[in-house]
Order: sequence, then structure tokens, then C-alpha cells
Amino acid sequence: MDFLTNLINGISLGSIYAIIALGYTMVYGIAKMLNFAHGDVIMVGGYICFMTLNALGLNPLIGILAAVVGCTLLGICIERIAYKPLRQSPSLTVLITAIGVSYLLQNLALLIWGANPKVFPSVVGGSGPIMLFDGQLVISMETIVTIVVCAVIMVALVLFTSKTKMGKAMRACSEDPGAARLMGINVDTTISTTFAIGSGLAAIAGVLMMSAYPSLVPTTGSMPGIKAFTAAVFGGIGSIPGAVLGGVLLGIIEVFAKAYIGTQFADAIVFAVLIVVLLIKPSGLLGKYVPEKV
Amino acid sequence: MAKETTAAAVPTKDRLLKALTGNLGTYLIVVAFFVIIEAMIAGKSITSAFQGQLVPICVYVSAALSLNLVVGVSGELSLGHAGFMSVGAFSGAILSSVLMDAVPDPALRLLLCIITGGIFGAIFGAIVGVPVMRLSGDYLAIVTLAFGEIIKNLLNNLYVGHDAAGLHFSMTDTTSLGMTNGTVVVNGPQGAVGITKISTFVAGTLLVLFTLFVVLNLMKSRSGRAIMAVRDNKIAAEAVGINVTKYRLMAFVVAAALAGMAGALYAMNFSSVVPSRFDYNTSILILVYVVLGGIGSMRGSVIAAAILTVLPETLRFMADYRMLIYAVVLIAVMVLPNIPAVASLMEKVKEAMPWNKRTTAEEGGAQ
Repeated sequence: MDFLTNLINGISLGSIYAIIALGYTMVYGIAKMLNFAHGDVIMVGGYICFMTLNALGLNPLIGILAAVVGCTLLGICIERIAYKPLRQSPSLTVLITAIGVSYLLQNLALLIWGANPKVFPSVVGGSGPIMLFDGQLVISMETIVTIVVCAVIMVALVLFTSKTKMGKAMRACSEDPGAARLMGINVDTTISTTFAIGSGLAAIAGVLMMSAYPSLVPTTGSMPGIKAFTAAVFGGIGSIPGAVLGGVLLGIIEVFAKAYIGTQFADAIVFAVLIVVLLIKPSGLLGKYVPEKV
Repeated sequence: MAKETTAAAVPTKDRLLKALTGNLGTYLIVVAFFVIIEAMIAGKSITSAFQGQLVPICVYVSAALSLNLVVGVSGELSLGHAGFMSVGAFSGAILSSVLMDAVPDPALRLLLCIITGGIFGAIFGAIVGVPVMRLSGDYLAIVTLAFGEIIKNLLNNLYVGHDAAGLHFSMTDTTSLGMTNGTVVVNGPQGAVGITKISTFVAGTLLVLFTLFVVLNLMKSRSGRAIMAVRDNKIAAEAVGINVTKYRLMAFVVAAALAGMAGALYAMNFSSVVPSRFDYNTSILILVYVVLGGIGSMRGSVIAAAILTVLPETLRFMADYRMLIYAVVLIAVMVLPNIPAVASLMEKVKEAMPWNKRTTAEEGGAQ
């Protein structure tokens, strides 16, 4: 039964990583940049939701909505102010800017909300945990909601990128921005939309993560951000199903490593698995191998 | 041959200017900085907070120089550089504790520790580098980041002690070291403890000069040109018979060794050093120095690392706002030159500078 409990917890943690990784992978696919500030958008989402729930005492649904709207706007602002002027710059310049944005968000949060951890109330209300097999297997509502939300988001994103006009524009831009522009696609709007979607997803991930692990500090987002980035690379960066697969696998590996090998080595094992996968399959699990041409 | 004749034809003043803007100038900046600081210490016109920053400045300058070898000269984005510093720091700290009685002279002990740090940095650089060199670009970046985190995680669980029987290692706790009357040197998450502070500003400056010497001479050597050829065009380099993996690995291992030396110096400056001191944030911090100083410019790395190490301390009067300012400055430096209006303004200012006027005139004359 321990095995099953760990598996479910792993999938749940992995689902959170997956939602964050989706934001990373979409932004990377289209703008070819590592958005290091993505993890901190999660943290901002957590704080916005915390404020609406605690200070204003509103309904959790409104809290989630506020977090999503807030983070979406934040994502668009960051993109417009910090990243848009750097479209033609080398990737390192963009990377350092992203790091700067990350510092900025963390320190703003530190000034506004302070360094003391905030205890986040779970947004998942209703009945208590589900007991199965005479109470041997306990599944919390947060776990179920997280897994379901992740599955829904993945399906929605796959449909969005394959069926809608904007989704197709995104794929075109990630394939070849120059050609996409010639076909009449507004590349700037498309990139902004991608950032908006990614940031909105980060807000959802933040709220779900805070519901399961309720301690909110200004640096909350950085480690999940790094792990999710790892997950995106693990699954093959740029691929939506890859990000989900990578995220879920990473979550499962982390929970199993904690349970069977030792909490202290969990991070090392997660990263070691990533390295092994990349060495065997350098483009990630579901990534496309692009040969270098002269 | 043609180059020499032109050099002779240029007036002495210009030759001097050329030397100063070249590598010699970079050494001179370091020496001048050292002399000024020493004079300030002698004149007691220096705050103790700043004096405490002197060795860290040297450490970060060395680390930035070594990372610039990977990022600028070899063209690979490494996000795990602090991992090599931490390897150097811990191996140096262990050796320092072991040699405490055998080598009473602190300067010699520090030298041995720094060399050991460099050796272990190089060993880990090779361990990490061999598999990593199969990858490139962002994948290489994420794997170096992963290795950095693994090194931190393992060091967090490392326990080392020594007694009359020699060194003892454990990955569980101090009691399992099996010592009766020994000294615990590395104590898991508490890191290396009980270090005797033997780092000095003089040693730091010498390390910076040594790092500069290694990096600048490597760049000028045959190997350095091969490394840069691989950076500029891997396929073309391969086609002219350059062993791509060998030269990429060479840059990576040399950089890891230099980072290990810087790490050892860092550890010897404090009574204890925790493994989480060298996490990915530190790696990124060093990368920021390299990028702000100018990728591939060693002088830029020296200046940027020195200023940015001092900057948060200098901004202390702004209390809570200092890291915020730091972030804003970082974004502004990166973004502003890429905004067309600002870029054209900067171009105008540059042209208005007296030394540029002359060069443009010369170019005009040559045509």
C-alpha cells in the first residue's frame, strides 16, 4: 500500500511540476529563451491568492481567478518591458535579464509581504480525504484536484495548439518566426499570448502547490521553477506532452527517492536521472532531434 | 613581419596606449587596485565591512575569470560553476585541518590548500565534463546546473573527520565516522567547520593575477585558438582537424581547476562554510559578473566582479531596497542598450569622446 500511496503522491507532485513545465516549454518553444523568472511568477500567484483569501476573505474560486488574472497581466508586462527589446539579442543577454526579473520579483515580494512564511489556506474545500482499502490508502482532495487539473490543462493546450488559429500561429512562430511573419502572423502578439498563457498556468500551479505544501515565502517559487525546468528538458523542451510526462516522472522519482533512499538525497537523484536521460537521449524523452546542418 | 613595422612606426605614446588597453592593462588594474587598497589599509581610511569584502572580491574575480573561459572563450553556458568552487573549498578545508600541525606556516598551508582545491576542481571538472561535452547549448546548461546541485546535495551529507589513523568519511552522521579522539572537519549541512582563517588579501590578489595569467596565456596559445575556433564554428573547426571534444573539455577542466582554487581561498577566509553557499544562485551570480563585464572580456570580468561584489554593501544605506535596486540595475544594463533610442544616444556619446575622434580621423585618412 505504501507503494501506491507514494505513486499517487508522486503523480500529484509531478502534476504541479508539469503545469509549471508547460509554461517553460511553451515560452522556450516560441521565444527560444529560458525564462528564469517563471518560478517567481508562481510565487506571485500564490501571494495574490493568499491576499484575496485571507485579507479580503473572498471565495477560493475568486482567489484563483485573481491569481490567474494577476499573473497573466504580470507575464505580459514582463514580456513587453524586459524581453521584447531583446528579440535580436544573444540568448545569454536574455537569460541574464530573466535572472534580473527573477531577483526583482523576489525582492518586491519581500518588501510587500515580508520574509515570514505565510500559512496558505487550501483552496480545495469540501469533503476530507478519500479512504480506500480500510483506510490504508489515503488520498487527499488536493491530490485528486491537482492531477485532474493537470490532465485538463494538458488536453486543453494540445487542442488549443492544434485546432485554434492562435495555437497554429504559435506553432508556426516556433518553427520559423521569419516565415510566420511573411504569412501574416503577428509574431509579437503571438509571443505575448504565449507568455500570458504560461504565466496564467504558473498561477494555477502556484495555488495548487501552496494548497498541498502550505508555506509561502518570497523564494517559494525558485526550487519548483528549477525542477520544472528540469522536467521540461527531461521530456523534451518545446513539446507539450513531453513537459507533462517529464513533470510527472520527475515527481514520481522524487517521491520514491524520498521514501526508499532518503530525503536528503532526493534532489541529487532527481538531477542524476535527468543527466542519465539526456546522455542517452540528448533531446529529451519526447523531443525532436534536430541535426545540425552546415 | 608587417605588424612589427607598423608597431615601430607608431609613436611611443600610442604603443603605450595599446599596451594599456591590452592584456598588460588588465594586470595593471589588479595591481593598482591592490596598491590603493593596501595604502588605504595603512592609512586606516577603510571600513571594516569593506575590509572583510576584500578576499571575497578576489574570490569572485577569479571565479568570474574562470567562468569567462567557459562562457566567453569556449562559448558554452555553464550554470554549475559554483559546484567546482565548493569542491575546492571543501577539499581545501579538509587539507588545512589535516596539515594544521605538520605545516605551521599559514602562507605555505594556504598555498597547499589552494593547489589541492585546484586539483580536486580539475578532477570534478573532468568527471562532469566528459559526459557533458556530448551535449551543447541549453541542454549543456541544464546538465551543468544539475551537476552543481548534485555536488551541493552530496556535500550536504558528507561527514569527514581525521584522527591519528588518518581520514574518515561517512555519508550518514558524525558518530559513524568511528573516531574516538579525532576532529570533525566536515559536518554535513553545517559544512566545513573549525577552519582557521588564513586567507589574506595578498594571497587573493596573487590568485587573481595567477588566474588572469593562465586564462590570458591560454587564449593566446595554440590550444586557445583551437578552443575559440570550436566556439565560432564547430563544424568548420572539426573540418580543419581540430579535436572538438578535447578542446572544449580542456577549457572546461582548466576553468573548473581555477574555480576550485578560488573556492579554497574562499573557505580559508571564514571559520565555517556551508555547502548551500555554493548553490545555483552563486553560479548565476558569477555568470552575471561575466555577462555584465562583457562575454569574453577578461578585463570586464575583473571590473564587473569587483564592483558588483561591493555594490550590495555600498547600497546598504538603502536597507531593504538594495537588492531591488540591484535587480533593476541588472535589467536596465541588459535592456537599455537594445532600445533603439537609447542605443543611438549612446553611439553619439561614444563618438563625442576625444579618443574616438582621433581614430575616426585616422580611418578616414587611410581610405
